[in-house]
Amino acid sequence: MGLTGLEIYKHLPKTNCKECGSPTCLAFAMALAGGKASLDQCPYVSEEAKEALDSAAAPPIKLVKIGTGDNVVEIGDETELFRHDKKFFHPTGIAVQIKDTDDVAKEAEKFDQLEFERVGLELVTDMVAVINDSGDGSKFKEAVETVASKTNKAMVLVSEDVDAMSQALEAVADRNPLVYAATEDNYEKMTELAKSKECPLGVKGKDLNHLAELSQKITDLGYKELVLDSGARETSQVIADMTQMRRQAIKKKFRPFGFPTIAFTSKESPQEEILQAGAYVSKYASIVSLKASEKQQLLPLVSWRLNLFTDPQKPIQVEAGLYAVGEVNENSPVYVTTNFSLTYFIVQGEVENSRIPSYILCIDTGGISVLTAYADNKFDGEIIAKKMKENDLESKVNHKKIVIPGGVAVLKGSLEDESGWEVMVGPREAAGIPKFAKENFA
Amino acid sequence: MSVEILKEKYRSKVGEVVLGATSEQGGTRTNTVTLGGESTLPFLHFEGEVPNKPVVAMEVWDKRPDTWNQLFENYYGDVYDDPAEWAKKCVNEYGAEVITLRLQSADPETTDASPEECAENVKKVLQAVGVPLIVLGCGNNEKDNQVMPKVGEAAEGENLLLGVAEQENYKAITSACMAHGHNIIAQSPIDINICKQLNILILEMSQALANKIVIDPTVAALGYGIEYSYSIMERARLGALQGDKMLAMPTIGNIGMEVWKTKEANISEEEQPGWGELEERGLLWEASTAMVYLQSGINLLVMRHPRAVEITKSHIEDLMKDNSY
Repeated sequence: MGLTGLEIYKHLPKTNCKECGSPTCLAFAMALAGGKASLDQCPYVSEEAKEALDSAAAPPIKLVKIGTGDNVVEIGDETELFRHDKKFFHPTGIAVQIKDTDDVAKEAEKFDQLEFERVGLELVTDMVAVINDSGDGSKFKEAVETVASKTNKAMVLVSEDVDAMSQALEAVADRNPLVYAATEDNYEKMTELAKSKECPLGVKGKDLNHLAELSQKITDLGYKELVLDSGARETSQVIADMTQMRRQAIKKKFRPFGFPTIAFTSKESPQEEILQAGAYVSKYASIVSLKASEKQQLLPLVSWRLNLFTDPQKPIQVEAGLYAVGEVNENSPVYVTTNFSLTYFIVQGEVENSRIPSYILCIDTGGISVLTAYADNKFDGEIIAKKMKENDLESKVNHKKIVIPGGVAVLKGSLEDESGWEVMVGPREAAGIPKFAKENFA
Repeated sequence: MSVEILKEKYRSKVGEVVLGATSEQGGTRTNTVTLGGESTLPFLHFEGEVPNKPVVAMEVWDKRPDTWNQLFENYYGDVYDDPAEWAKKCVNEYGAEVITLRLQSADPETTDASPEECAENVKKVLQAVGVPLIVLGCGNNEKDNQVMPKVGEAAEGENLLLGVAEQENYKAITSACMAHGHNIIAQSPIDINICKQLNILILEMSQALANKIVIDPTVAALGYGIEYSYSIMERARLGALQGDKMLAMPTIGNIGMEVWKTKEANISEEEQPGWGELEERGLLWEASTAMVYLQSGINLLVMRHPRAVEITKSHIEDLMKDNSY
């Protein structure tokens, strides 16, 4: 977040000595604000001013990276409280837990299979949290090694025992795992350990006040690759704490909370865990760690994460092309619509409801709706006729009828001229499709 | 270190709407349900009031729902042909806090039941259960406009929630609510301006409906544009808190209806092995959709799967715990 020239000027010596090359301190401040000068050009700037300016120039929430290679999970660096104000940038890491007392190899293999394909997109659970449930250092190390051998996904190492953590890190420090956690009791040693291995460090407080204190102590030790946990485990308190941390960091630039966050579910039932985890994804957690490990449980959670972190400015698009709904044949009706996902899915849903297998020709309008696309000349007779050819509709059906949305009935003439097909004007709203289909195609 | 808790000061709050009426209030309900009243964003108890918890209604049809997923046979198969028994089962066994009765039998395309028959079905359900009732039409405007006046009349005093009024079709149902003292669902197609406009139109017809409107901003299922309706709802709620009276009504979402149309809730594991077991996937798709809208401020959720209802209610209990500092 940039400072204005005047804000910077307040911190400068105001002597107008010209040694920096600018005629006045104010001019230098303006140059700094514009990124055309650097602070070390001023020989007289105080250490205090330097720190104030550095910290003011830093992003409100630090970006932290966990994992390596293609499996790096980047978290933090958020600037908004509401996605509609701009967007949320770094999707919540979803960390499935494996205890060192479990059948670790089996669980890790199962975890590594957790990939989903939905609407042409690949969705994954991107992290695995290994928990030192046994309290035994060598067992923890063994478990961590096993997990590392079975999956390349980013790891969270969960132990408050510095010795156990140290053993585990001997095995996997090069995987850049999140070291969780530094606490009141162990923070000096845990920080030293994480720092020496250059691994990000989880910080677990007893409540918000205590967490702020601990976070400050650790940054005072010179380490800033942190991920914060207020220690709360009850759904409602976690949401309050996460909201406070995000607000404090963004609205007040409160430095002790200027880091990404982690939340752990507390529910025993995996189904209830999914709701708890989903609420944390909604309300600002940078990582959510949970026990649920079945595909049907995790699919809704990773889908919500995908939806929440989309850019509200950019409508989500469906890939353009010809889609078959149901068991189509050469007599199936053909509908045409745009590739704005909301439009397409609604049309698709209603075509399904009509229970008449049909084709939907989905036109690339850059992801905008029917009327907007029509107004923008991205949905007209010529374009639709061209796509009908490209998708070889003539060989797919033995009739020459196509249904256009009722809102653009005006396209009937031009599309008939361009395509030579009979154009039927469908309902204005997708909800009318089942009735329309029944009347015309049943 | 003591962190100075940041609290937003909002100018206004969400209005309250009461559903149902007990015998003292001129109805026959054993309890009423109050929606809304929040003076902050969802569940931020530390900075404002959340006086009424979000409520879960279960959906009952007045005719066998041929379009519902086969798996619902296990729960409702024995009561599909009797809306009164169906409603009773939802309340007694599955913990429904409100019943949503959809008068599907009125659909002129299928059974085309008369307005009188529909009103009779409403009365049967009212006799069978003590919770407040939501009554929805079959979706055919012309027919619903004949049915709703009869329903409103037959259930006078019960303080029902009747739906739906839309921008192009709100007069008949508004009159029915006005004449017989019911609440009204104002439905807008994921659009804040239409939402406000419709509320203005309804209130122009009747100031008596001032505290009797529930907004249906239209919900999408998880994976089908949910983030869009989520943000619309979040913005509307912020507008309400900042003092926009035409947005300051409680909200309702037809979660079950939207979710159980999706592929995710209907495709078997055999067809889509990568997605895991169907029933748990479907019910979590429904409960997760509910979870999302709870975070954007929804007050009344209409759902179908008993287990989805159960875990959603448990989640709401957790969210309602005080988190003051």
